[in-house]
Amino acid sequence: MKLHEYQAKEVFAEAGIPTPASQLAGTVEEAVAAAESVGYPVAVKAQVQVGGRGKAGGIVLADDESEAREAAEDILGMDLKGYTVERVLVEAAVDFTNELYVGVTMDRGESKPVAMVSTRGGVDIEEVAAEDPEAITREHVDPAFGMYPYQARKAVYDAGVDRAAAGDVASVLSTLYDLWEDKDGADAEINPLMVTADDEVVAADAVFNVDEDALFRHPDLAEMEEEGEFSETELERKADEYGFDYVRLSGNVGIIGNGAGLVMTTLDLVDHYGGSPANFLDVGGGAKAERIANALDMVFSDENVDAVVFNIFGGITRGDEVAEGINQALEQFETVPKPVVVRLAGTRATEGMEILNTDLVTVEGTLEDAVQRAVEYAGTAADSGGVEQ
Amino acid sequence: MSVLIGEDSRVVVQGITGGEGRFHTEQMVEYGTNVVAGAVPGKGGQEVAGVPVYDTVAEAAAEADADTSVVFVPPAFAGDACFEALSVDELDVVVTITEGIPTQDMSRVYRRLQETDAYLVGPNCPGVITPGEAKLGILPGNIFEAGRVGLVSRSGTLTYQVVDNLTNRGIGQSTAIGIGGDPIIGTSFVEALALFEQDDRTDAVVMCGEIGGEDEERAAEYIDEYMTTPVAGFIAGRTAPPGKRMGHAGAIVSGSGTGTAESKITALEDADVPVGDTPEQVVDHVEDLL
Repeated sequence: MKLHEYQAKEVFAEAGIPTPASQLAGTVEEAVAAAESVGYPVAVKAQVQVGGRGKAGGIVLADDESEAREAAEDILGMDLKGYTVERVLVEAAVDFTNELYVGVTMDRGESKPVAMVSTRGGVDIEEVAAEDPEAITREHVDPAFGMYPYQARKAVYDAGVDRAAAGDVASVLSTLYDLWEDKDGADAEINPLMVTADDEVVAADAVFNVDEDALFRHPDLAEMEEEGEFSETELERKADEYGFDYVRLSGNVGIIGNGAGLVMTTLDLVDHYGGSPANFLDVGGGAKAERIANALDMVFSDENVDAVVFNIFGGITRGDEVAEGINQALEQFETVPKPVVVRLAGTRATEGMEILNTDLVTVEGTLEDAVQRAVEYAGTAADSGGVEQ
Repeated sequence: MSVLIGEDSRVVVQGITGGEGRFHTEQMVEYGTNVVAGAVPGKGGQEVAGVPVYDTVAEAAAEADADTSVVFVPPAFAGDACFEALSVDELDVVVTITEGIPTQDMSRVYRRLQETDAYLVGPNCPGVITPGEAKLGILPGNIFEAGRVGLVSRSGTLTYQVVDNLTNRGIGQSTAIGIGGDPIIGTSFVEALALFEQDDRTDAVVMCGEIGGEDEERAAEYIDEYMTTPVAGFIAGRTAPPGKRMGHAGAIVSGSGTGTAESKITALEDADVPVGDTPEQVVDHVEDLL
């Protein structure tokens, strides 16, 4: 779960990490009032959860009221990588001499936490990591003990941070680690951590992603997640409501399956047979009829979809439940909106096949055949603008 | 010798009184698994599917001689359950089925695991099965057939798909290990492959990987340097875009491009592991290897 910048800054500030004065605004008038209140110059920053906001025009500096107004007018309502900007953070611009990077994440390869520092802040850190991995100092942490202060100091000195600011940077890194640990962070990052002419440090941006699986023990963060949902797309909202693992892609073959590995494989096969996947949708284990019907509704809602492949290999999921769900979902339509190809295997698949209303769907016996049939339907639909099944 | 579990395994089910624990205990017993105990705090003295329940895992080991555990405990308490299992010296295999355990909990479990001689399989996995002898977890036993091909996979239903293709072509399995789809897991591909390499009942291994992390790349290095048993591979997620989690918490291509299917397939092919484009093709490769 990703917090918005303004939310992450709230969390960081509360823990004692210095952040610039700022206010959230949803309208141009609110943005202008916020700028007056924090004092010029200000940065007007789009609050959407995508990377590279600056390059895409989502962050604009303003020296006075007319510039602030213009910036807010430009940014509010703009489309940033598929998301409409509904709120901006208006923030006091920081006069800096240096931009650093500090971050904490889980190192999968080592199965332990790692704290990172770099003097190459202010740019995409993943690019730095790819081009010049030595430019990022890494300090692994024993999760049984947490990060000792000496480790934060060591990382900061090793990274070559100016001595005058090093103590404050180490203290920010320590705080960031403790926060990451206490709140079940996935990634916590400050990029840039700005150093001013007086050697003060200020967090000019803030990233705090929380482990979705740990939200149950952080009701405060769960509340922030809900509050931050204003920037979701319509399909994301629906996936949330139904509780699906759903990822939208750019193709026209809708895909529904059970189990992440098998759904990914179905996507890959669509591509392999010359089609283009429209989405990843995992109904999870043991899905009942209603959930199956919701999955179809979800995929039908995507206007890009021209055909659907439904691939279930039942372990704890039962084929008869799946068939019933498919029937329920399709029988409510006078004509099925998009052709559906079904392949059922595993637990109670034979019973499922018997129940399945074959007037409404096409049945295939193997994964390969089902995918090829769906790709064929999608191709025909894309050519003619519709398909008779 | 079989891998990890066999007919001699004496199994304790942690979380046996919950809905999942109860249902799958019945299934495991029906399959022929020697389930000797359950362990649930406060439920000692009860019975589930004819199996005695104890309050602690230590008691289950002492009273019922359990040497293997399978964990069906809800995610909020599963980290603790893993610690409990690892604290009992008699247990040498722990299989954690639970999905959704907080990553930081697993990082501490992993840290503890390094201090023990036990194997922890999972979490977020379908389990382990030695066909005809024992199954631990939620795998549908009826699709497996005893034989001489080992299987190790990060994904449950993809395992079923590949096993189904193998069985339909008359190729049985020695043991199948679902290592799990989380970012932090106990037994890696390398450790699972090492077990198959030492197993005299395994003639070839199928390895099903997916995007995310660098475990498959490490496995390729291991195969290249140490393995004489031939391996065939499959990698799911060729079409996954960077930065999007594809269901599994661990299945994500990072923004900097690590964890891609391409890098994994190249690494495996460089280690002379044939990689199938489809599950059916994987079985073609296995036939060639045998």
